[in-house]
Amino acid sequence: MSIVSLKSVSKTYTEYPSFYHRFLSWFGVKNSNLKRHVILEDINLSLEKGEAIAFVGQNGAGKSTLLKLIAGVLSATSGEIQVNGKISAILELGMGFNSDFSALENTRNTLSIMGYTPQEIIGAMPQVKAFSEIGDYFEQPMRIYSSGMQMRVAFAVATVFQPEILIIDEALSVGDAYFQHKSFDRIRELQKQGTTLLIVSHDKQAIQNICNRAILLEGGGIKKVGPPVEVMDYYNALIAAKSHTDIELKRMDDGHLQTISGDNKAKIEKISLFNSKGIEADELAVGEKAVLEIQVAVIEPIKQLVCGFMLKERLGHIVYGTNTSFSEQALFDLNTPQKITYQIHFDTRLGIGSYSCSIALTGGATHLEENYHWIDLALVFKVINIDKTEFIGSNCLEPEFIIQRG
Amino acid sequence: MRIIKNKVQQTWQNRFFIITSIKMDFKSRFSRSLFGSVWAILNPLVMVAIYAFILSQIMRAKLPGIESAYAYPIYLISGIIGWTLFTEVISRGLMVFIENGHYLKKLPFPRSNLIFVLLGASLINSLILILAAVGIFLSLGFIPNSSLIWLIPLQILTALFALGIGISCGVLNVFVRDVGQVVPIILQLLFWLTPIVYTINIIPEDLQYLLKLNPVFSIVDMYHNILAFKIAPSLQDLGVLAIMALVSNLLGFMLYQKAYKDIVEEL
Repeated sequence: MSIVSLKSVSKTYTEYPSFYHRFLSWFGVKNSNLKRHVILEDINLSLEKGEAIAFVGQNGAGKSTLLKLIAGVLSATSGEIQVNGKISAILELGMGFNSDFSALENTRNTLSIMGYTPQEIIGAMPQVKAFSEIGDYFEQPMRIYSSGMQMRVAFAVATVFQPEILIIDEALSVGDAYFQHKSFDRIRELQKQGTTLLIVSHDKQAIQNICNRAILLEGGGIKKVGPPVEVMDYYNALIAAKSHTDIELKRMDDGHLQTISGDNKAKIEKISLFNSKGIEADELAVGEKAVLEIQVAVIEPIKQLVCGFMLKERLGHIVYGTNTSFSEQALFDLNTPQKITYQIHFDTRLGIGSYSCSIALTGGATHLEENYHWIDLALVFKVINIDKTEFIGSNCLEPEFIIQRG
Repeated sequence: MRIIKNKVQQTWQNRFFIITSIKMDFKSRFSRSLFGSVWAILNPLVMVAIYAFILSQIMRAKLPGIESAYAYPIYLISGIIGWTLFTEVISRGLMVFIENGHYLKKLPFPRSNLIFVLLGASLINSLILILAAVGIFLSLGFIPNSSLIWLIPLQILTALFALGIGISCGVLNVFVRDVGQVVPIILQLLFWLTPIVYTINIIPEDLQYLLKLNPVFSIVDMYHNILAFKIAPSLQDLGVLAIMALVSNLLGFMLYQKAYKDIVEEL
């Protein structure tokens, strides 16, 4: 028997023009003019005991709503949800803590809501306190906690007793790196003991490390189910297709202003990043072979054309940059109209993190000579570590330790 | 029958939550106060003191049936005990879903627990008030008799009657917050339409029946009988109250059943 099963589950929010309409609807008065927002539609899902499932998808895809339905906090508009096991859930980054109470009191409260006896709770308290590692704050009212500290307590409470089903919505990204690490260790431990895990996360590395299945939600439906790597690749391509068809995006998602300059004698028409499988991606693994493809259109006759690219890490420091003048591959005396495709093949010898790529078309080794088209933040991609030794920094040196004893 | 059995079982399993919550309810109300639960008793007693002081001139005459020099304060306290329980349950019911929104939205648990916490906390508050009142009566040389035992069914039925009203208002309050403003005003009106600070005989006799239409009238009347007049309430009045409690709860829970899907979404 599956531990969680959903049969054609749908969730719709109905917008009532006034309370009066809603009130009548409780008593079966139908109104066809109501505005309905479909959050989830016809979800069929069956999860087996011990599975670790990641729900991925863009904001508004219905991930959190689905978890709330499974947790029993929301009720489905139609369909059937069966859950055969005790659930422990961190939804919307919390466990219903009251900020006037200390972590100690909130722990007691939340665990007693979850149905544990006072003896069990007293027994578990030292464990919660030790795991959350917030020291003397444990007895202070939670209103003076940082969000990270609240998260620590929530995670400690949610996992102190082994739940049959553990639901975590986004929560893991709040804590600091140390606590994230600690939480993942705890999750793995629970997994070994048979806990079924359901998480929503944007941390692709974590998903690929922990989960055995990923479910991609898009527009309220299940778009793809499969091994995490496969689903993540598909998801990346979906995002890539969305964001790179129109390259003239001025305002970046993170609020940065993309600067585009140049006299447009030559234009960058398309920039794409392909992973080792030849799939368009916004994420590369450390050491993976990748191709950056730049399509250029020559608009006016040009004496010399140089194409350069530059990688910057998150804070804007340059990690690497070169151009076709340095590599002695500059093109001379170009006529119009003409299309040129540059393919930059490289090994991703970068540390984990987010990198941006600037592309430039110039008339020489530096853009001071002549600047045709220059795009900052033309492309942003992430590097994750899947199979390499763990390391820090932005360079992958792949050193070898030779150790001699005695 | 099975539904009731399951419900009882579920409640028993959740007894620790209910007990802890009642404790926390007291704690949270006084979490940043120096005198803690003293305020719970002080509030109604100050009210009694004020009315007793201001109205003692008008109410100087001995009340027929109460053989004490302090007849008026005793009468006043008796009525206020019933009134306080009635209004406390309604006020809590009014806010029960909104105040517990953080739990409702984030934790799966049987929602009926909230009702038991509400009833438990209100009844305990009322019990404290009754004990304080009896203490005051004794210090005034007024000794209640065995009819006090009738307070048990009366307290329970009053709380249940108010619960049904409170839940109905609480459900509506989630969607239309005006309800939260209107109910206290209605309660205030009702307070003056009920003989609590005055006695029924100051109303012209041919208008008295109007006051008796007020459902709280018979409740407060029974509190007067038990505490001030030391006589058992009529079984007929108790029976009527039981029926009113049943009807108000049927109404409240029907409304809740219809609305519960929408409540969490709206919070």
